[in-house]
Amino acid sequence: MDVLVEGVRQAVGLLLGGDREIITVLWLSLQVSGTATLIALLLGIPAGAVLALTRFPGRTLVVSAINTGMGLPPVVVGLFVTILLWRSGPLGDWEMLYTPAAIVLAQAVIASPIVTGITLAAVQNVPAKFRLQLYALGASRRQMLGVVLREARLPMLAAIMAGFGGVISEIGASMMVGGNIKGQTRTLTTAMVLETGKGNFDVAIALSILLMVLVFGINWVLTTIQQRRAL
Amino acid sequence: MRRLTFVFVALVLALAPAAPAQAPGSRTVILSTTTSTQDSGLLDVLVPLFEKNTGYSVKTISVGTGQALALAARGEADVTLCHAPVLEKKYVAEGTLQDRRLVMYNDFLVVGPEADPAKIKGDKSVVEAMKKIAAAGARFVSRGDKSGTHILEQSLWKHAGVTPAAPWYIESGQGMGATLGIANDRQAYTVTDRATLLAFGKRVDLKPMVEGDKLLLNIYSVMEVNPANGPRVNAAGGKAFAAFMLAPQTQAVIKAFGVDKYGQALFVPIAGRGSDEGDVSPPLK
Repeated sequence: MDVLVEGVRQAVGLLLGGDREIITVLWLSLQVSGTATLIALLLGIPAGAVLALTRFPGRTLVVSAINTGMGLPPVVVGLFVTILLWRSGPLGDWEMLYTPAAIVLAQAVIASPIVTGITLAAVQNVPAKFRLQLYALGASRRQMLGVVLREARLPMLAAIMAGFGGVISEIGASMMVGGNIKGQTRTLTTAMVLETGKGNFDVAIALSILLMVLVFGINWVLTTIQQRRAL
Repeated sequence: MRRLTFVFVALVLALAPAAPAQAPGSRTVILSTTTSTQDSGLLDVLVPLFEKNTGYSVKTISVGTGQALALAARGEADVTLCHAPVLEKKYVAEGTLQDRRLVMYNDFLVVGPEADPAKIKGDKSVVEAMKKIAAAGARFVSRGDKSGTHILEQSLWKHAGVTPAAPWYIESGQGMGATLGIANDRQAYTVTDRATLLAFGKRVDLKPMVEGDKLLLNIYSVMEVNPANGPRVNAAGGKAFAAFMLAPQTQAVIKAFGVDKYGQALFVPIAGRGSDEGDVSPPLK
């Protein structure tokens, strides 16, 4: 218990003091997970919309795969991305392993099924009759898609929250493909593991508070937008 | 929707620098090493020094010794700093790693609960102590992760002629710090390196039980990666880092490291003293 109290006290000091290493780690986490979430949105929203609005043989299989992907263990993604990016691996020419770009890649793989799955559910919740009505009013296919996506925009904010929340707090993939290199690929979660390993529980507690505040802040902003528009 | 799109675009612009310009391969050195060199903070001192001196940029991959050596042998690293002499010599004999040289040492020790159920406190022979632990069925926490510490622990059991097994033998599968925490919690014995024990000294109640035996030497060596192991091995960079670890200035930094924080040095530099454990003077006390 003493460790916790003392940890929280030191954590507040570290945060208020604007410790430079912690700022670097925080900024990198934001950049990496933000970029990965954006990529996931760019891939996942169109994919989810198409899956929701089309019917083809094997569609149930694809949707099942997406739903499984929503729970993809980060450490599995980390392992396979590492092997792909190894110098001796198929993408070795890119020399990307142990860089922030490698973490972005792995996290985008983790977040994409989440965004796809939530978009799929959100778009499917828009009644089919509403789509028919749009066609009846003379909407083109593209106009119909635009209107349907706008109808589904509130549940889709949940996709951003779930995607971002999933990747900023994951550790397995960041550790494996990033390597937790100081000043280069050290993120909030990998730094936490390292500091715990070093016995610096106060710093680890400071980092965990920071992570929670960050995720809460972003969810708060998005939830505010979502709830205001819902009224 | 339009406002959301605007937010997305603004975010993309703000986050764009996240994909960095990749440094040319020849200026980047990948060092695979064990967790203790990282957890003790030594590399946080040495790596910036090397980067400043040579202009290379170092990527330190700090994992268990078994994995560090395996990565190097696959050509996924350029140079490796490890502490498992027997395993290292195997890789050198195979030719995947080359030019093994001693860098520094400290020592392992057996720690345990104050109650000392196996009555080993103060034993001179670590092998005898391990036999007593097994005979008493006293709880013992093993790293169980192919780390240098785990490999040494296994060699001690072998010397003692014991095949450790559950229920008294617990495999943590975690780093040294976490393993000390588990041993503390379960009132068990474990083998630890001195640097990690010092770092965790205040957090655990475990007491030193056996130390000073020659079998408990913890020797760190540097090895270069054979460029034939795989594509894109930066042989020149690996050579430069190995040379740096052995340079007199670096060895002086190693000698002083930890004195300010723990009141004693964590590592003893031994560059240039041959390449065999037999060349190392008795362990520190």
